[in-house]
Amino acid sequence: MYLDAETSGGARDDPAPGDGRQHLVVVGNGMAGCRAVEEIIARDSSRYRITIFGAEPRVNYNRIMLSPLLAGEKSFDEIVINDAAWYQDNGIDLISGDPVLEIDRANKLVMSRSGRAVAYDKLLIATGSDPFIIPVPGRNLPGVVTFRDLDDVDAMLRAADQGGHAVVIGGGLLGLEAAHGLALRGMQVTVLHLMSNLMERQLDEAAAWLLKTELEKRGQTILTSADTAEIMGEDKVEGVRLKDGREIPCSLVVMAVGIRPNTALATDAGLEVGRGIQVDDHMVTSDPAILAVGECVEHRGQVYGLVAPLWEMCRALADGLTGAPSGYSGSVTSTKLKVSGIDVFSAGDFSGGADCEDVVLRDAARGIYKRVVLRDNRLIGAVLYGDIQDGSWYFDLLRSAEDVESVREMLIFGQAFALGGGQSDPNAAVAALSDTAEICGCNGVWKGTITYAIREGADTLDKVRATTKASASCGSCTGQVECLLKLTLGADYDGERTVKTVCKCTSFGHDHVRREIVAQGMTSIPEVMQKLHWTTPDGCSSCRPALNYYLLCALPGEYIDDQQSRFVNERMHANIQKDGTYSVVPRMWGGITNPRELRAIADVVDKFKAPMVKVTGGQRLDIFGIKKEDLPAVWADLNAAGMVSGHAYGKSLRTVKTCVGSEWCRFGTQDSTGLGVQIEQMTWGSWMPHKFKIAVSGCPRNCAEATIKDFGIICVDSGYELHVGGNGGIKVRVTDLLCKVETEAQAMDVCAAFIQLYREQAFYLERTAPWIERVGLEYVKTALLDDPETVPTLAAKFRYSQTFMQDDPWAKRAAGEDAHLHQHLAEVRPFALETVA
Amino acid sequence: MIGDWLDIGSVDQVAPGNARTLPVHGGDEIAIFRTLAGNFHALVNKCPHKQGPLSQGIVHGSIVTCPLHNWNISLLTGEALGEDKGCVPVIPLKIDAGRILIARDAVVPKKAA
Repeated sequence: MYLDAETSGGARDDPAPGDGRQHLVVVGNGMAGCRAVEEIIARDSSRYRITIFGAEPRVNYNRIMLSPLLAGEKSFDEIVINDAAWYQDNGIDLISGDPVLEIDRANKLVMSRSGRAVAYDKLLIATGSDPFIIPVPGRNLPGVVTFRDLDDVDAMLRAADQGGHAVVIGGGLLGLEAAHGLALRGMQVTVLHLMSNLMERQLDEAAAWLLKTELEKRGQTILTSADTAEIMGEDKVEGVRLKDGREIPCSLVVMAVGIRPNTALATDAGLEVGRGIQVDDHMVTSDPAILAVGECVEHRGQVYGLVAPLWEMCRALADGLTGAPSGYSGSVTSTKLKVSGIDVFSAGDFSGGADCEDVVLRDAARGIYKRVVLRDNRLIGAVLYGDIQDGSWYFDLLRSAEDVESVREMLIFGQAFALGGGQSDPNAAVAALSDTAEICGCNGVWKGTITYAIREGADTLDKVRATTKASASCGSCTGQVECLLKLTLGADYDGERTVKTVCKCTSFGHDHVRREIVAQGMTSIPEVMQKLHWTTPDGCSSCRPALNYYLLCALPGEYIDDQQSRFVNERMHANIQKDGTYSVVPRMWGGITNPRELRAIADVVDKFKAPMVKVTGGQRLDIFGIKKEDLPAVWADLNAAGMVSGHAYGKSLRTVKTCVGSEWCRFGTQDSTGLGVQIEQMTWGSWMPHKFKIAVSGCPRNCAEATIKDFGIICVDSGYELHVGGNGGIKVRVTDLLCKVETEAQAMDVCAAFIQLYREQAFYLERTAPWIERVGLEYVKTALLDDPETVPTLAAKFRYSQTFMQDDPWAKRAAGEDAHLHQHLAEVRPFALETVA
Repeated sequence: MIGDWLDIGSVDQVAPGNARTLPVHGGDEIAIFRTLAGNFHALVNKCPHKQGPLSQGIVHGSIVTCPLHNWNISLLTGEALGEDKGCVPVIPLKIDAGRILIARDAVVPKKAA
């Protein structure tokens, strides 16, 4: 029997009263409700008389297939699970388009919107979930839709017919599927995602980057860390405004930020409800006559939003209702994205950790990233991008918690490799290859070529790279080359490297990484890690800051600095001290100050009770003992007196130290203070491989100690001697004379050019002194001075990069940027038993 | 706020790769970490080496590197990794409905309650 609200009204309450069987009433004609009924009928088709209420005016369809429906890959008929005939054949009464509004538990009745009152013996609540609507102004405007049911899809298709721009809020599974469908339907799509990684609950940083890159390649605009402030428009949607002020014009907004269990009916009926309707292992609620199943329930503290757990719940429910209780014990879930041509899989826990081992396989050429996480020889998580063929195998291993020690070496290569033909030893697999087998795909190097080179004396990885180019580009065959070294040299191979790698995450040294970043035009940290086959998912505290600097240096004005890849001092724009407080050094150009600055500093010391002020070696004043919470206020006060950040905390230009020079000193030959101020104004704010100090002395007596600075100027009667590579640190190094120039302008140009050469060529955390020791003074002289065009070219590059850098970071923080870095999350006052946010 | 867990804020308040602090009056400050993979952990905000504020370190994987002397501390166990030896207390933490909850026992002295 098929009834709907319009035709049957409220005239008849119970469609087929009293045939002696127990009456099972199901609230919810969705996937869970119908599956539960199917499972019950499969076990015992005559046990219950069944009535299903559905809020939507249609038969049961496969909600998961709404994405392919939107994308035009499926029609509605194809996504119907149970057509009208199924209800008929199984004697089920379907009351569609008439939602149940109330449960009368005392009289065991449900009341519908049209006024029906239907008695039940057993009631099953399968109301699913509702899309979460973020509470921003404009959320009720026409043109704002969710992505939950067929009506939503219809609304999106109508909008797509008009073309134009759509904004999808939410870069999770559902949002990306909606965006994909709308893009296929011809709309210009922008995805806004609050977090920094797409699908952050399912993907790690590396896989999220690959996904974002692919979607962008397809023409979608993906904005991460995008926080929606309001949906704009008078009487329909006209655009979205973000909290950072950006505005995106659009005619459609799809809200896909998440779902909430639909528990209203159960709450009103007084059932126990947490995040979902609470059920036991047999899906029974706090009322023994009422059961619940699907996304609306909370089982052992878990709420599920995927389909697989739903099937498992329905089985347990049907077992219980047909007298053979089995029990549901929770689900382990896996995720796949339904966007054609993009393969993404994730399962389990991939947060990593000390007792876990990550095995990572990257193939930049094919856009593949595979990561499995092991703990005690058991697989506990997997993230796959680009090749998800082994997803189900990993998922099985994960659920069975099988010991994988025997296949561990080959696990990452997949089931076929790991279980196929006894080649479980990677050395044996490489040994079995023929001499004409290609080992290095980037440079087309055969196995035979490599073994020949090894026999000829290339007995380390670096020598093989140098002589054959094998594994010298992306590095993905490094493991195989090392196997060949082991096989060819036997015990003589000790794995020694002449090139020091950046860190344990890569087989490449700094030089190689820097060169490839520029050569391949890489633009982000995850991209470098993918293309150079990093062996860890998100790097470590050594490589992240290095990569961040290399990108910043290569792409002035384009690369967005990654704060999470900076050491604390550069993130907090102050120097951390042993007690966790900070010291603050305002900039004093050339070491010159005035009463206004000194008063401001004195006031800050009083106001924030700084325990000490000290004159530094670089001729500045250092205010100690400032708490991180107070830093923005301190900076605001110093800014008000005209002072900016002194960058005493950075791998950057620190100070330009000067003597008083010809303006006051009876020995002075040039205006050393004036030149020092000009140089500091040119160089402040620049990021470098390491800290960088400059000094200008007005005569060879060298009161500014210019000959132990990274760049030192000694003024003489006839001009300026320019010295480089000095260091006053652990190992004192006196500068080398680079050249002599006649004018201030020339001195400044050479200074800028030298800094730029150092910025582009030194390794991260390499001061100028060890850099010059490594490459040789002659190299630096030749590189800078042989061609008269070099100095102006490099100086211009430096000055261009500086146009993006000379922006006082203190002023931004004082104005409220990144306030979360300075504020506590909350406070705990145990004796008051409360938290104060 | 009665119960075994203390609600200290929303998950949105800690960005991935970041940490926030939670001073405890009469007790040790707590650091709440969020890894790049999105998981939350809480430790006493003191490196076992020289009591450096771990909240200010770089977070990578499930490890934080202390800002003072680069000790690597596991966010899961609180133990120093590699050659270094030492351990900092882990504060039990869970996420429920987008809220960060920490174990009440860890911050509230039993006698005082």
